[in-house]
Amino acid sequence: MNVVFWIFAVITLGGALAAMMLRSLVHSALAVTLAFAGLALMFLELGAQFAGFAQILVYIGAVAILVVFAILLTRSSEETGSGVFSPTWLRGLVIAAAVFAVLGWSILNSASALPGATVTPQVDVKQIGDALMGPYVLPLEIVAVLLTSALIGAVIVAMHEKEGAE
Amino acid sequence: MLGEGIIKGMAETARNFFGSFVSKERLITVEYPEQRIPTFENARVFPFLVYDGADWEAGLRCVACQICEKECPPKCIYIEKSKEKKPDYAGKLQIYPAKFDIDVSVCMSCQICVEVCPFEAIKMNTEFELATDDRFGGLLLDRQKLARSNEYYHSIHPTEAAEVDARLAEEKAKVEAKAKAAAEAAAAKAAAAAQAKPTDTASPKTDTPKSGTPQSGGEGA
Amino acid sequence: MFSKLDQIFVVLQHWVAGFVPVSLQPIVLALVGVVGIVVVFPALFALTTVFERKGLGRIQNRLGPNRVGPFGFFQPVADGIKALTKEDVVPFNADHFVHFISPVVLLVAVFMGFAVLPVGRNMQLVDLDAGLLFYFAMGASSELAVFMAGWSSRNKYSLLGAMRAVAQMISYEVILLLSSVAVVMMTGSLSLVKIVEAQSQYTWGLPHWYVFTPWGLLGFILYAIAATAETNRSPFDLPEGESELVAGYFTEYSGFKFAMFFMAEYLAMFSVAGLGATLFFGGWSAPVSALSFVPSWIWFIAKVMVAIFVFIWVRGTLPRLRQDQLMNFAWKFALPLTLLNLMVAGLWRFMNPGVVRWVVCFAILAGAYVLMARVGMKREKFGPRSYRYAE
Repeated sequence: MNVVFWIFAVITLGGALAAMMLRSLVHSALAVTLAFAGLALMFLELGAQFAGFAQILVYIGAVAILVVFAILLTRSSEETGSGVFSPTWLRGLVIAAAVFAVLGWSILNSASALPGATVTPQVDVKQIGDALMGPYVLPLEIVAVLLTSALIGAVIVAMHEKEGAE
Repeated sequence: MLGEGIIKGMAETARNFFGSFVSKERLITVEYPEQRIPTFENARVFPFLVYDGADWEAGLRCVACQICEKECPPKCIYIEKSKEKKPDYAGKLQIYPAKFDIDVSVCMSCQICVEVCPFEAIKMNTEFELATDDRFGGLLLDRQKLARSNEYYHSIHPTEAAEVDARLAEEKAKVEAKAKAAAEAAAAKAAAAAQAKPTDTASPKTDTPKSGTPQSGGEGA
Repeated sequence: MFSKLDQIFVVLQHWVAGFVPVSLQPIVLALVGVVGIVVVFPALFALTTVFERKGLGRIQNRLGPNRVGPFGFFQPVADGIKALTKEDVVPFNADHFVHFISPVVLLVAVFMGFAVLPVGRNMQLVDLDAGLLFYFAMGASSELAVFMAGWSSRNKYSLLGAMRAVAQMISYEVILLLSSVAVVMMTGSLSLVKIVEAQSQYTWGLPHWYVFTPWGLLGFILYAIAATAETNRSPFDLPEGESELVAGYFTEYSGFKFAMFFMAEYLAMFSVAGLGATLFFGGWSAPVSALSFVPSWIWFIAKVMVAIFVFIWVRGTLPRLRQDQLMNFAWKFALPLTLLNLMVAGLWRFMNPGVVRWVVCFAILAGAYVLMARVGMKREKFGPRSYRYAE
């Protein structure tokens, strides 16, 4: 728990809080990006270079852009007149608590993340590749199939619209 | 084949790139303040007033008839007639422009003033560096700044100036011959009248056409 | 003598660090390296602007700027003074904070990319194990900065420019990444230092650069196209097409902020050219072993400058693409070819070295290129333009 960790924690939590509190949707999206960046810095601070850079590449480079595009293309970026709190805040709170409980449960049950295990393994890219192609090949393939089907779905949606236009 | 056109285009630009270092004909840029190309004879930029002889004020061909002022499409010419007449370079009494200003910022170089002038007094200059740092006074050129000698006119538009001079000389000769004939006739008439009864009707008669078209008598149109 | 010159900057860095206590030395070493990057590449940028203008002029049979200083070489100084002293106009309706922060974010992201580039032997700021990934992560961050600039200006041209820029950069980033992955597959490392080392051996005086292999050649061509699109250079300069969008996403920027965008664009060009040289042209290694005595950083800078010259040359030659041509080219031509290139790189890895391997891989790639180009041109996806005239 050094100073660097606290700086990163403040960045991450600040970004997440700002994403909730800000009124402008695009501002919220940018604040989420800040939270992503803070998370990536956390990974880097823990010595997980690959995960950290992948976090930046995927979340800042792709997910944030996707979110921002979705906001711009679907509704106006003007600020809404209503308050910060959504009318469905109770449901949101329950869902958030449930997700937090699941995450906390899994982290507490994972042996390597407990405070006792302080040895940080030096993981290089080759090992990650070996792991992905070895023991974790099934999850990787499942994710790949999922993404491919999503891609095909997106193409079909786009094609359908085009035919309707013509 | 895809990409073929790109390679061709790249070769062309490469040829231009290296060629511009080798052959001077490729670089057609005139580096203006240092290098200049001579102005074309038919170039026209801004009017000037022609004067004959050495003294610009005395020799101005303009007689303040104000035709150009009326014809000027953007109305950028301002003329004030003189109250008294003044002998021009030939010694003939003429009205002259007490004020003749042209606004550079309004003038559109249409040359209509030149075309309507019956006295070949206003011509187009080829000088184009008219920029000034004084927005108001500097752009309103008075008659002194506008005056250019006939020699200058010859130097910028030699062909046109020669034609104008020939025409002027012809008209002058014609007028002189006419005046001579009129004088002879007047003399004859006067003599005849003197023989009949001595009156002074002869002199206003010869004066009236001269003031009606006074310059045709003086310079010829 | 030459070996000393090769390491002169490293020695200099350690000499400067020698003045401070040992505990502070790592920080000072890093700082000196950062200062080196922040000084050298913007200086190169200044030089490039004048070379670009002169070069473009020569391509069009003009002289180019030649007024300020000898042969016009002080032109960037004049431009810099102008940019610094100009009024900084911010639109009234603009999102002031985002408008202010986006050029900074962009410039920082672009500068970060230089951190992993091996500029010479032992001359990289950090040798990350995932260096290439770091580079692409930084490149991805610059997209967000571009979007922020366009969105915060509250200007339709800016927003359109930003949308175009982001769409284009995302599309071509895939190609950029996948064409580099072939190199990573071959080297077995994401570290740029290791990639350079893998290429800096010589057979008969010729280097083992990846560009001399079939997959490397095609990979490099695809990389070059994607890099041009990534840096918004002509013919992929749709995001700032001045005939349509004024200046694209930085329309509403003036004065020094404009200069920052301008600089970020050129620095991105340098870094992407440097990465290309590192991946396919052996980074700082000499083109023939006989010339190895020349300091490594000279080779790197020379390779980058050659790439910049090609950038300028292409800019002087090709007209701007249309949006649909851009997207068709990326997704229907370049991306399939990149994926095939990746497979061929795998094939290359498992075939025995020799002429056969070279011929087989080359034949596959060339065949695919010809086939795809033919099909694409027949369907008028790209290739010669067809014109339709109004009745």
